[in-house]
Amino acid sequence: MIALTQEVIDVDAVVDTVRRDAAGAVLVFEGVTRDTHDGRGVIRLEYEAYGQMAEAELKAIAADAVAQWPGLRIAIVHRMGLVGLGEASVVIAVSTPHRDAAYSASRFAIDALKVRVPIWKKEVYADGSVWKANAGGIHEPGS
Amino acid sequence: MQVSVFYFAMLREQRGRADESLHVEAGLTVGGLYEQIFAAGSIGAMSIMYAVNQSYVSADHMLAENDEVAFIPPLGGG
Repeated sequence: MIALTQEVIDVDAVVDTVRRDAAGAVLVFEGVTRDTHDGRGVIRLEYEAYGQMAEAELKAIAADAVAQWPGLRIAIVHRMGLVGLGEASVVIAVSTPHRDAAYSASRFAIDALKVRVPIWKKEVYADGSVWKANAGGIHEPGS
Repeated sequence: MQVSVFYFAMLREQRGRADESLHVEAGLTVGGLYEQIFAAGSIGAMSIMYAVNQSYVSADHMLAENDEVAFIPPLGGG
């Protein structure tokens, strides 16, 4: 399951898509919206994407992960539009025969998502807003 | 030749639109097009990625007729 959605993510439904009898490890990562950034109170977050390309990049990340960790199943769902505080903006579920690969593949997927999937986040504060860039991408060499 | 151009996030706000069709001269690179549009922009070309027909390309990628161009400002997914 690879998807962008305007709706609250049903985490259990995402995880169920990767479960299977041969998987001894099932791991879920939730990226959750924080209520503060650098001490400023966040009122809400808004996500937008280059939709078709974002989905294609997510599928490429999933394919890269499956090539690297045989037996992996992976699902990635990312929210779009307004996301309330404390809600999951992204859910990544993986299943693998053994746990080491599950942790590695999950980390690989979120790290890759942040540097190559065309999605943007606007943090809205009481006194303004900012398009919040991820650290560690090609945009911030050396960070 | 004609190309379609997509803007996102701060670039969309700066340009005042999400997309447009532009006539550009043959031989123009995607980085060259960015500098034409955002010459006085606040976001330097060093922090922009480029996509043509929904695949990442380098700034010196040559544009072709009917290309779908997107300027990708610093990402915020996750």
